[in-house]
Amino acid sequence: MTNDGMTEFGETYPMSTVNIHVHEVTRVEGHGDIVLNVKDGTIEELKWAVTEAPRFFEALFRGRHWTDASLLASRICGICAVAHASTSVRATEEAFGLTLSDQDFAFRTLNYHGEMLESHVLHLMFLVAPDAFSAPSVLTVAASHPEAVKMALRLKKMGNLISDAVCGRKLHPIGMIPGGFTALPSPKKMREVKAYVDARESDIKMMVDIVASVVPLFPEYLVAFERETEFISLTHPDEFALYRGDIKSTDTQKVTDHRQYKDIIKERIVPYSTSKWTSSQRSSYAVGSLARLNNNFDQLNAEGKAVAAAVGFKPVIHKPFFNNVAQLIETVHCYYEAKRLIDRLLDTGWKHEMPQVKPRAGRGVGVCEAPRGLLIHDYTYDDNGILLEANCIVPTTENHGSIEDDFRGLVPQIINKPQPEIAHALEMLVRTYDPCISCSVHAIKVRFV
Amino acid sequence: MAKPRLAFFSFASCEGCQLQFLNLEDEILDIVPHVDIVEFREAIDNHSDNYDVAFVEGSITRPADETKLRHIRDNAKVLIAFGACATTGGVNRLKNFLAPERQEKTSTVQNPQSAPSQAQIIEYVDRARKIVYGDQWNLPVFDSYPTRAVGDVVKVNYKLEGCPASKKEILELVKALLQGRAPRFARYPVCVDCKLAENVCLFHKGQFCLGVVTRAGCDQPCPSFGNRCIGCRGLVDDPNKNAAWDILTEFGLKPEDILREFRLFQAYAEEAQTMKI
Repeated sequence: MTNDGMTEFGETYPMSTVNIHVHEVTRVEGHGDIVLNVKDGTIEELKWAVTEAPRFFEALFRGRHWTDASLLASRICGICAVAHASTSVRATEEAFGLTLSDQDFAFRTLNYHGEMLESHVLHLMFLVAPDAFSAPSVLTVAASHPEAVKMALRLKKMGNLISDAVCGRKLHPIGMIPGGFTALPSPKKMREVKAYVDARESDIKMMVDIVASVVPLFPEYLVAFERETEFISLTHPDEFALYRGDIKSTDTQKVTDHRQYKDIIKERIVPYSTSKWTSSQRSSYAVGSLARLNNNFDQLNAEGKAVAAAVGFKPVIHKPFFNNVAQLIETVHCYYEAKRLIDRLLDTGWKHEMPQVKPRAGRGVGVCEAPRGLLIHDYTYDDNGILLEANCIVPTTENHGSIEDDFRGLVPQIINKPQPEIAHALEMLVRTYDPCISCSVHAIKVRFV
Repeated sequence: MAKPRLAFFSFASCEGCQLQFLNLEDEILDIVPHVDIVEFREAIDNHSDNYDVAFVEGSITRPADETKLRHIRDNAKVLIAFGACATTGGVNRLKNFLAPERQEKTSTVQNPQSAPSQAQIIEYVDRARKIVYGDQWNLPVFDSYPTRAVGDVVKVNYKLEGCPASKKEILELVKALLQGRAPRFARYPVCVDCKLAENVCLFHKGQFCLGVVTRAGCDQPCPSFGNRCIGCRGLVDDPNKNAAWDILTEFGLKPEDILREFRLFQAYAEEAQTMKI
């Protein structure tokens, strides 16, 4: 049957009985289940259950010294370790009243682009692309399309090389401390990075062509699925906001000071999920690449805009699948931003100075855009620089509600399809969000019960 | 010889060690033809109970994890504890030390002067649940018991130490498995490699460092990038902890600072001493 809008629970569909339990959705980071139970055409149960073991990071921060904060923070997530470490040092910098030199800000931003590139390539080419070929993994794709996989590995490596050079190690970062870095790369090291990055321009073009060409291979109902929602991301007057900014909503069009995030983001507990859920203006909101482009499209660089025009991306887009397309556009944007930053740094040169840190009592809120969306670390320190309290809001936490609301929107449209196809569609929908579940618990398994 | 069947599993962790396997960008396409990867949730769809080698990432924190881990042990010929969360409990173990504040807003949290008793650990874990989940901390979904390493629950054949596990050691282990031999890992402290790398000792720069007692094999990325060794690879065999303690005291650290430093990744050793785990 067809349906052209939002559907409430309990609506009846003739004849359908579906029992789906996808236990541990694959090709996502972390553990999550999809549960769908339809009896005689009535949806009795439809949920996105996060089953990742809780690790209690907000408690673990308590009593730790400021020098440990970013080291502990990056351990929240291996995929976006740079985002967590960066957000953590930004929180501590705000608490202690430290500012960065222009040079160190440039390195922090470059480091950030390195992770954004590695993470987006990993998601699009390794986790999403196999669906286009109905392949169980990129390893299967490697047999049929070896050149594409080698290209993806080179681009992934590029992201790692950039961040390894700038912060000592992308997984897990070593060199970022409040006020700057413990060390900076040698000019020789940066020239090596430049040579590798410059040589990747044709790979970036190849990736754009491949991703654009595989979009039509996904089911049309998934690509076209639309659900109007709220998008929240950072925004900054001077740049396409990734590393810094304040918080903007597509619903209100208001910009909220990052320190006042609690005014617009509400956390709650869902009894079947080890991750907390969040909401703002509606039952859920979405964060990530699509949210960033929907809020800040005009600030993309020329190369990013050119790809957006080529693939027909015009904000605001309310189709969740287009998060993949948004990631592709950001990949191009970040590649050219990184390339130019490297050139600029090599041109002006840099000098390492060890930051002098004097702890002081107070609160600091770090907010960055992790590859998957808005990331907040909120710390309170005592006079000795010991953490008294920490609150972290991570992007996948924010997207759980949106994923479940999308299920409720999509399921009625595909309810008469064969059960395995429904399960697969829901899995692909989850993957679109690039969930990073160990972060959010704190999720993927599809359970048709 | 049939190709070894590899399976990857993860428990409480950041899943960074699985990513570290995928980070072998220059080598992975050369490894793949020699092995069958039958389970790797982060990257592939297949599920299988038929495997020879299980890479197990993460700490054990729930009864259900234990059941799953025993099942993996029953299926695998070789079980590898993959990364610090699996080999020692890693940072997850900090929750076992989450002593309550002695008074409101002081710095003494998480710094009991001696390793807590089993009863205290259970109390501390509940405290962690209350801090994170508030008055709904006791919902079954938030069930969590004191953090255990994989080797605390089942027999482990090999350990890949570190947070994250070292790419070099992952390759050495895969090569060793293919060649039917035991892997060769460093059995001396980080200090040795750091000296060979001609790094200026961090103590001479007025910083402190756990490289003196921590197992080498990581190519000392932290001291080489101007930051201290935080002991993520666990204690070297027969560590001179007293000497380390003396050095740290000499550099003006108070016992609570030293304990805090050791506990980031080496709380397992304290627990082992008091509880004979």
